[in-house]
Amino acid sequence: MKMDFARNEVLVALVIVAFCALAAASDARFLSIATLTDLLRSGIVLSIFAVGAMLVLISGGIDVSFTAVAAFTMYVTAMLLNAVMPWMPWWGAIAIGMAIGASLGAVNAILIAGFGLPTLIVTLGTLSVFRGFMLTFVGQKQITTLPPGMRDFGRMMMLRGTNADGSFYSLHVAFLFTVAAVVVTWAILYRTMLGRMIFAIGGSVESARRIGIDVRATQAFVYVYVGALAGLAGVIHASMARVANPFDLVGLELSVIAAVVLGGARLAGGYGTLTGTLLGVALIVLVRNSLIVIGIPNTWQSVTIGVLILLGTGLPAWQAKRAAARAA
Amino acid sequence: MRWLNSSTEAQLAVIAVIVFAVMAALSPDRFLSVQNITSMAFQFPEFAILALAMTVTMLTGGIDLSVVGIANCTAVVAALILTTFAGPDATGADAALWLTVAVGVSLALGVLAGLFNGILVAALGLPAILATLGSGLIFTGFAVALTSGSAVMGLPAAIAFLGNGTIVGVPVPLILFAVLALVLSLILTRTGFGLRVQMFGSNPLAARFAAIDITGLLVRVYVMSGVLAAIAGLVVMSRANSAKADYGSSYLLLAVLIAVLGGVNPYGGYGKVIGVVLAVLAMQFLSSGLNMLSVSNFARELIWGVLLIFVMILNTRQPRRPKQKPETPA
Repeated sequence: MKMDFARNEVLVALVIVAFCALAAASDARFLSIATLTDLLRSGIVLSIFAVGAMLVLISGGIDVSFTAVAAFTMYVTAMLLNAVMPWMPWWGAIAIGMAIGASLGAVNAILIAGFGLPTLIVTLGTLSVFRGFMLTFVGQKQITTLPPGMRDFGRMMMLRGTNADGSFYSLHVAFLFTVAAVVVTWAILYRTMLGRMIFAIGGSVESARRIGIDVRATQAFVYVYVGALAGLAGVIHASMARVANPFDLVGLELSVIAAVVLGGARLAGGYGTLTGTLLGVALIVLVRNSLIVIGIPNTWQSVTIGVLILLGTGLPAWQAKRAAARAA
Repeated sequence: MRWLNSSTEAQLAVIAVIVFAVMAALSPDRFLSVQNITSMAFQFPEFAILALAMTVTMLTGGIDLSVVGIANCTAVVAALILTTFAGPDATGADAALWLTVAVGVSLALGVLAGLFNGILVAALGLPAILATLGSGLIFTGFAVALTSGSAVMGLPAAIAFLGNGTIVGVPVPLILFAVLALVLSLILTRTGFGLRVQMFGSNPLAARFAAIDITGLLVRVYVMSGVLAAIAGLVVMSRANSAKADYGSSYLLLAVLIAVLGGVNPYGGYGKVIGVVLAVLAMQFLSSGLNMLSVSNFARELIWGVLLIFVMILNTRQPRRPKQKPETPA
């Protein structure tokens, strides 16, 4: 099989391998289960966000409001459960979170699918609306006593152990939700008509409309689904952090979109893969957590991510441009 | 009322006047006080200049998400020059010399940053959102790396003139903004370059077939945006009497919002500087007024968001834009 170096997945995978090789060379302890579980844990929330962001990019839009949806959801869910339903088990908390997230996503859906407004501007607007609404009317203090359901969920580990050097490692159950989000999204994209329609409107709205696809309904589904995913991510984040801080999460959105784009999803829509997205998240998580291991100070973290974005999107763009010039 | 429907700018002027009137009616003694008026005049130029930078790039159908990064990065470098060579006690010729050097260097860096963006967008063909997202991270990252994330303080007192001084009673930042807005408006409406920018924005393909040097055009647009961002950075530095990698991070959204509110079509091709100026005024009246009514900063964020979406809905309800390109998502 010929390796296609123009593909983002291959490039990102190579960078990850190189990064790990460098890290292992400078510190042998890097290659341990503890590092792996650490990275997986940091990737749980980011991956759920990324899967959603990828779906929006495939449909030809962009969503920057999902972090605000997640923050809103986790805060309101924690507050609601504390106040009215402290008996709610953990799965109930997650279901409520996803429902709140989906209804916030529906606001985006109405504005984008209903009014036909540009996605970037709408979601920039809803980002500040959701956040501003929460901080003005719901509260600004972090909730340190989470409802029992979320507290229990926060303690659930699927894997726990001790290293040779006596340090602990563990992997949270929430990892399974990330896997589920990936699998469900994969199934929607590649095993249903809906998935084909999402790709189709991302490729060309006009063509999709002419072959009889209900563009609005498809778009509406995408934004509601992404809202639900963001709600899920929010509840998981609060449970794992054992605190619902309304100032968390917002600000991550561009890193998440960067991860998705690194993985090869195109801003113009119609193209994106889950493999690429997850590789992109892996790279961003590596850079955020382990830059110091390969000898780059953490203060250079954002420069590194910026360079990676430009390389990851620049190389394919430049190749496409060269190919177009050759063809002309 | 036909003229109202026919022009975004007229509509905006009405909105600005209404906001002003409502705020003045709600707290007349405080909103209309000289103190409030001057404090407003000192507050808005910094983000208004960023909005101008955003406007130029949006006219070509692009966007510049790196403006705040450029502003902070150039301000940090200028502040480092000032603290290293001049120090807080520098006065007279010494201060003037280093001030000139610092301003010169930061403007030059603005040009370089814009050049970088321009090359990414025009020569390499990256989507503007991604190119400027990435470069913005890089510029912010440089500012963080140069300062290890802390604020650069101890600037010479003379720098305060740029952000806090007055000339014949008029705040310097306001004068600066007025001059920049005027120059930009003249460039966009009275020069061949401005015409080509609008042409490219309304139809890139047609512009290419009209033998317009697109690469040069886009590079110049992003350089303009970079320089404007650097100027905004200097104003922020002067007003805060320090420079830091994460100053004004909320200004990015605000700059996009003002540009869109000002009637600039995010798909390119339409936008007037006067619209942006009116949008800035409306925003500042609103935010000062809300401040006096002791509404929290977060409620302001909420209101900005609502306003942005409301204006966008209003604009689509009255189709009068030169064009809509739903095929290319923003």
